[in-house]
Amino acid sequence: MTKRLMRGSHVLGEAAVRAGCRFYFGYPITPQNEVPEYMSARLLEVGGTFVQAESEVASINMVMGASMAGARVMTTSSSPGISLKQEGISYLAGLELPAVIANMMRGGPGLGNIAPAQGDYFQATRGGGHGDYRCIVLAPASCQELCDLTFRAFDLADKYRNPVMILGDGMMGQMMEPVEFPEAIDPASLPVKDWILTGAAGRPQRTILSLLLDPKVLEAHNYKLTRKYDAITRAEQDWETYLCEDARLVVVAFGTAARIAKGAIKRVREMGIKVGLFRPKTLWPFPYQPLGELARATRHLLAFEMNSGQMVEDVRLAAEGQGEVHFYGRPGGVIPTPDEVAHQISHYYYGAGLDQAAAVARRA
Amino acid sequence: MKKIFSKPQSLKPAVMHYCPGCGHSIIHRLVAEAIDQLGIQERTIGVPPAGCAVLAYNYFDVDMGEAPHGRALAVATGLKRVQPDKVVFTYQGDGDIAAIGTAETIHAANRGEKLTAIFVNNGTYGMTGGQMAPTTLVGMGSTTTPQGRNPDRDGTPLDLTQMLAVAKGSIYLERVAVNSPKNIKRAAAAIKKAFRVQLDGLGFALVEVLSMCPTNWKMEPVKALEWIDQTMTQVFPLGVIKDLTGYDSKGETA
Repeated sequence: MTKRLMRGSHVLGEAAVRAGCRFYFGYPITPQNEVPEYMSARLLEVGGTFVQAESEVASINMVMGASMAGARVMTTSSSPGISLKQEGISYLAGLELPAVIANMMRGGPGLGNIAPAQGDYFQATRGGGHGDYRCIVLAPASCQELCDLTFRAFDLADKYRNPVMILGDGMMGQMMEPVEFPEAIDPASLPVKDWILTGAAGRPQRTILSLLLDPKVLEAHNYKLTRKYDAITRAEQDWETYLCEDARLVVVAFGTAARIAKGAIKRVREMGIKVGLFRPKTLWPFPYQPLGELARATRHLLAFEMNSGQMVEDVRLAAEGQGEVHFYGRPGGVIPTPDEVAHQISHYYYGAGLDQAAAVARRA
Repeated sequence: MKKIFSKPQSLKPAVMHYCPGCGHSIIHRLVAEAIDQLGIQERTIGVPPAGCAVLAYNYFDVDMGEAPHGRALAVATGLKRVQPDKVVFTYQGDGDIAAIGTAETIHAANRGEKLTAIFVNNGTYGMTGGQMAPTTLVGMGSTTTPQGRNPDRDGTPLDLTQMLAVAKGSIYLERVAVNSPKNIKRAAAAIKKAFRVQLDGLGFALVEVLSMCPTNWKMEPVKALEWIDQTMTQVFPLGVIKDLTGYDSKGETA
């Protein structure tokens, strides 16, 4: 298989098509316009359907209809547009409809700017829309991983009948890297779903609904969803560790921030600083347990994000008080450099006396 | 003995929740009759609104997919684009289609989506208890216009169907009423025609149905029937608003 040099937005589109997505509904917003542009042309080639909707609200509802009809379907946007889709995402979760939504985050709040940021972590992992639900959230950190996680997103959406969000940022969408694509899936080869709306030919009528007026019935539905979320939590957590074996400090970062952190860690390792990286690839379900083990082993975690401190709350939950959790972040679309993060790491490392043998002995 | 009237096959044998004198049950029957007559029950998918007719899935014996408030035509667009051989209709009230869902409605029509929209105009938000609707008449009382709709404060009734006429993708638009046997007959023909437009792949079709809400109008049901003729049709006159079908007057292909 040959590698192709592609920008992230195009990787996302190509991976979706190869994963069997033939329906895309979107609305322009920077910095992800290359996704709808790519899909508008690519879906023509494969006999798919592209609709540029009148708004993000309309596009997520078109996704809802296409999902009810059984299709693998995707929409993409960036932060303000994702806010507009949240009503629809709540419905997708309530209706138990599979769909893939990608958010190429930009600076916020409000219109913010069009620079890469990670300020939508809360929105993505805490629901965003109304009601008692969860959205599976995948955070790629390279174009290859964006490709692989897009495939996984469609599979997870269908497996659990749940919306899946790919949480990238403007940098992930714009940067070019070589990517090796998996073999394309023929949508006709996918299993036929037994709950979709196709017209009641030779079977009883079906209804897909989220209005459950009887509190006991809605409670039962909520508990059914809860059991599903529990199953996802048990089965689907994913993360990467990097140089954690001898680490006295572990940086926790996702997506673009994790790449920057890796560069920083390489720099400070040359200075003899024993630091590693924990990178959650699933932000929901968050890998609390493996991170908790690292917290107990090292006693020092440094959450690094391109926002003013959101994932750090999950890091604290993972640590369960078993060590210090520090935070460094740059909000507003500012892209920190590896040198800057290396400085933060070394400052913290020496400040906490982690270069001293005594500090290591204390934790043992 | 010859059977001349029966419950349509596309309606379930359920007791409807609608208030006495409400027009929804008549309109449900007309939609179901059209589906029966066209023989499309097994390939029809309905999209109910948020509003009094949200429970329409309890009554129509066809596949039904619930949409968020106002978004029925966007959901229907998704359903139809995946399955162009199926028949997809929306059933929406005035608040749903002409207030919160105005954008979705205009753009579905403008794209010429091959969909059939049933727009029930009773000039009020029935389900939430009678607040002002986009179609509430000037001077008409509601729970949010205690002194009657005041154009200075509340604007004037929106004629959505006329607005849709300028969209190139709208093929057939007609306003009917269900307040008399004569009008019901015309409504039945219009609804059937709106499904025909979709079956023939011509484009977007919408039938606006003026319908009674005695409960929120605070009128006797009989008075509500008269009020449609005497007052409501002055602002929303009945008749064909746009027809590019080329069908003759009996609804047959020309």
